[in-house]
Amino acid sequence: MIALSDYLMLGAILFSLSIAGIFLNRKNIIIILMCVELMLLAVNMNFIAFSRFLDDSAGQVFVFFILTVAAAEAAIGLAILIVVFRNRRTINVADLDTLKG
Amino acid sequence: MQFEASNLIPVAPELYILGLACLVLVIDLFLDDEQRIFTYALTQVGLIFAIFITLSVGQTEAQIVFDGSYIRDGMSDVLKVSIYVITIGAFLYSKEYLVEHGLFKGEYYVLGLFAVLGMMVMVSAQSFLTAYLGLELLSLSLYALVAFDRDSKAGSEAAMKYFVLGAIASGMLLYGISMIYGATGALNFTTVTIALTETGMEDIVLVFGLVFVVIGLAFKLGAVPFHMWIPDVYHGAPTPVAQFLGAAPKIAAFALAMRLLVDGMMPLHSDWQQMLIILAILSMALGNVVAIAQTNIKRMLAYSTIAHVGFIMMGILAGTPEGYSASMFYTIIYAVTSLGAFGIIILLSKKGFEAENLDDYKGLHERSPWFAAMMMLFMFSMAGVPPTVGFWAKLFVLDAVVGVELTWLALVGVFFSIIGAFYYIRIIKLMYFDKADNTLPVVGNLDTRIALSVNGVLMLALGLFPAALLTICVRAIGG
Repeated sequence: MIALSDYLMLGAILFSLSIAGIFLNRKNIIIILMCVELMLLAVNMNFIAFSRFLDDSAGQVFVFFILTVAAAEAAIGLAILIVVFRNRRTINVADLDTLKG
Repeated sequence: MQFEASNLIPVAPELYILGLACLVLVIDLFLDDEQRIFTYALTQVGLIFAIFITLSVGQTEAQIVFDGSYIRDGMSDVLKVSIYVITIGAFLYSKEYLVEHGLFKGEYYVLGLFAVLGMMVMVSAQSFLTAYLGLELLSLSLYALVAFDRDSKAGSEAAMKYFVLGAIASGMLLYGISMIYGATGALNFTTVTIALTETGMEDIVLVFGLVFVVIGLAFKLGAVPFHMWIPDVYHGAPTPVAQFLGAAPKIAAFALAMRLLVDGMMPLHSDWQQMLIILAILSMALGNVVAIAQTNIKRMLAYSTIAHVGFIMMGILAGTPEGYSASMFYTIIYAVTSLGAFGIIILLSKKGFEAENLDDYKGLHERSPWFAAMMMLFMFSMAGVPPTVGFWAKLFVLDAVVGVELTWLALVGVFFSIIGAFYYIRIIKLMYFDKADNTLPVVGNLDTRIALSVNGVLMLALGLFPAALLTICVRAIGG
């Protein structure tokens, strides 16, 4: 039997990976979008594990909502990405430097 | 859970706004560009009706519906009405700017209405799930609004930064929520509070959860050190969007903090109080000091927002009804003031010219004595100079903090407010004592000018008679 703490550890590792991916990545905005998705999936892992071990279905319902919102978020993120690309012809993170101060 | 039709009455305003947004979306499809004014009129009239609907379903006692996940109480009614009023104001000020810049599209109003719906859900949330859904509906609409000017380089960059940092914030908040769910086994605030009273702060999972929820909230409120998106978004977004984003969502963010921390996790008050004290001090310090160095007025107002968020947090962390109502008063006043200040920026911006730099305000007194006076009232109110209402807002918050034996924190707040007064008064100096570079008279539509005048005079009127609004806030928190 896999213990609850193992699931939480996996969730924590995925979550840290996604945060690290967002802040260390200096190349490509698409990688940032992927990291955002990974972050939400890490949260889903937590919810499912808790839901299973608490024997309570509310956590699973929450996961469905997170998945739906994640899809909408990805759509908006990609739309903004296209606008950025059309204006600048690049999706390099380091080139997003007009706004400073 | 059994479905009951009576559940629908407390959520009538939300259903109405949802219907209105869909109606505006569909009707707008059948209109030509010349008839776009109809979309605008429908939105405005619809929002005015929403005020009446909200007031008519309002009762004195709180109602919790949908299996404990949704609440309608005094606080939600007052905050919803202020959200409508501020949105009506923002749409009114922005119309002329949008027409001149070729941005007068129906989508602007549809996205605005969905953002309003998201804010209403946040204000009325009584479980983590509803709070999260409201927050996402608001955020997604705002991401799209910031990128509304498709051909603007700065706008798209601001939208991208806002999107990424907003998504991180949501992720942090959700991670915290999942931990709290694990520790308490519940999602709605009533059950969570009961469970927390029994367990206390023993559970390590709970500590993690609380920290992540506070970080997520701080991101959304824009408190230091999670503030980096605010200056870029204010600077890059089209001015009307910055105006809307800086005013109404502040009220929703205040409500979210109240619902999550006070309704949901009051037994952990001493723990989150410590975190909020740190965030509040850092926000007031960094916001006020960095604003001095800005030459762009939108960026300056962004840093001033960060400083004001510190004050809003000070009221919440007091943990007393006086603190909450003071903080609520502060949030509403700040939203109205920043609405007016951005209104002046929009009034001065013309086609092909953005009145973004501080130098554009030189000699405004010669060009238009009346609007220079209005801008002076907004700046005095933000700085907290009597007799404007900003003074009372600051005073009530400080009083609440002193009331819980945190006098040193109140002194820190006063100290940074004095530093902050410098950059507000600098604008007044530019307007009244410097020579104007251009002497064009200030022109604007009649409705914009009337609204700005009302907004400015309101600063003074509420400053002379603050009791009415304060009573509303106190009663809203109490019942």
